[in-house]
Amino acid sequence: MAEQNAGHDAGQNAGRITGPDGEPAPAQGAVDRRPTVIADNLHIVYRVNGARTGKGSATAALSRIVKRGSDEAARGVRKVHAVRGVSFVAYRGEAIGLIGSNGSGKSTLLRAIAGLLPAERGKVYTDGQPSLLGVNAALMNDLTGERNVILGGLAMGMSREQIKERYQEIVDFSGINEKGDFITLPMRTYSSGMAARLRFSIAAAKDHDVLMIDEALATGDRTFQRRSEERIRELRKEAGTVFLVSHNNKSIRDTCNRVLWLERGELRMDGPTEEVLKEYEKFTGK
Amino acid sequence: MSHTTHDGGVAVSAIPSPDEGLTAAQLAATHGLAVSGARPSLAEYIRQLWGRRHFILAFSQAKLTAQYSQAKLGQLWQVATPLLNAGVYYFIFGVILHASRGMSQDVYIPFLVTGVFVFTFTQSSVMTGVRAISGNLGLVRALHFPRASLPISFSLQQLQQLLFSMIVMFVVAIGFGSYPGPAWLLIVPVLLLQFLFNTGLALIVARMGAKTPDLAQLMPFVLRTWMYTSGVMFSINKMMEGRSELAVRLLQVNPAAVYMDLMRYALIDGYGAANLPPHVWAIALFWAVAVFAGGFVYFWKAEERYGRG
Repeated sequence: MAEQNAGHDAGQNAGRITGPDGEPAPAQGAVDRRPTVIADNLHIVYRVNGARTGKGSATAALSRIVKRGSDEAARGVRKVHAVRGVSFVAYRGEAIGLIGSNGSGKSTLLRAIAGLLPAERGKVYTDGQPSLLGVNAALMNDLTGERNVILGGLAMGMSREQIKERYQEIVDFSGINEKGDFITLPMRTYSSGMAARLRFSIAAAKDHDVLMIDEALATGDRTFQRRSEERIRELRKEAGTVFLVSHNNKSIRDTCNRVLWLERGELRMDGPTEEVLKEYEKFTGK
Repeated sequence: MSHTTHDGGVAVSAIPSPDEGLTAAQLAATHGLAVSGARPSLAEYIRQLWGRRHFILAFSQAKLTAQYSQAKLGQLWQVATPLLNAGVYYFIFGVILHASRGMSQDVYIPFLVTGVFVFTFTQSSVMTGVRAISGNLGLVRALHFPRASLPISFSLQQLQQLLFSMIVMFVVAIGFGSYPGPAWLLIVPVLLLQFLFNTGLALIVARMGAKTPDLAQLMPFVLRTWMYTSGVMFSINKMMEGRSELAVRLLQVNPAAVYMDLMRYALIDGYGAANLPPHVWAIALFWAVAVFAGGFVYFWKAEERYGRG
């Protein structure tokens, strides 16, 4: 776990640090102005092999190998510049919404903040380890729900004791066992709604310093949605900073006090929720 | 792509911060923030990996179980698959091609079965290793853990697979007159050394496969060539009779041949020390330590780059 600090580095910049709790809050903000995430001119580029033109043929692939030494574009490696020069500072206690049309780079930005996607240029600095809410990739459909709870917990970095402690909580929260003993069946036998509920329950079982949520609210039936929104509010209270990606302006209004609006990988607007959403709704024509 | 300078080179006027006039890097340093996704030091990396040991073990066991979970016979296939494999190799090399070259049936059949299983251990560690990162990008892009967990976990899965195969190996050995004795204890260090070697190899190909996924297509051919030169179905000594000493020794120091021969020596009564090259244990130890340490460092060096699409 990261140190809950800011006081120990006072020597580096003695003129600016005034107290053991870091900076005294400036006039404009009631929140503690301690940065938790700093993005500095961040660029993320995906490389896609063999996606140039419609000719995905063997000759095209061969020419790619032959031209190895030359420029990437000439070898048919297409670059997708998903995030272009985004800079911002997030502070402790903020809940930040990320909005923008599909493919505007929201999820990519989240992954980059979490340190899961390497930056092409620029840097992300974080306090502690930001984590993405989601364990889908670690779970295996051929295993029972029970084993997936354990596997998912371990994959998120929980200890065996922590999982044992929370196991019943996770199962109860998912509601999987409400209609019979389903937790001992392989996950492939679950309906898509049931599987989504279990996945969310596992993911939400851990406490996080910096929490990032990617449209996780939209799973399950009405009851479960309400229950998971409740849980996210709880997680927010425990976490230092929350990032939320959503296309649902209402849930952004309900949970966030600041919004970043991304369009084509660029930061189009950054400000208080109401201000940005007003512009965004004008833009999308709602 | 031209790289602009960061670390203080970029002015960040857009940041609405009380630390007016500081660059992002200075602001981060002031508040003790670290670069996200940066590569930890080697010691820190090993510490993190040790912290994830439960995940590594659970992941390997889960993969092993998931493999046969749809089959009617279920986990019975863990033993049935290697048994069928041994049967096919015996039919082709023992019955049709007579590769035994003067070895008696009592020696040749356990010799063949041991060779096939031990080589398969290395072979499948490499095959799963090459896809350990490139085949699990979803996992790499969703969760934080030292990436070496994946290739290590896959080698561990293969080790557990081999332990199932050992059941068949023991039955075959006993069936052909090699009874358990003190020599069988040598199996433990042999397995340990081979596991280290395999893991090192898996780490190396995992990094290469993460950069060039095409290796997964190429690897079966490389591995098959390796298999035919390692003396899986024939004895190198008998095959190379009359050739120069150097040629025989060169074939014998091949790590796959070393671990196979040691396992046969431990297990089979009629397979004596004469079949082993000199200093065989030193060679086995060298391959294990060198490849594991080298592979681990080589994999760690690219830690921050895994997951790039």
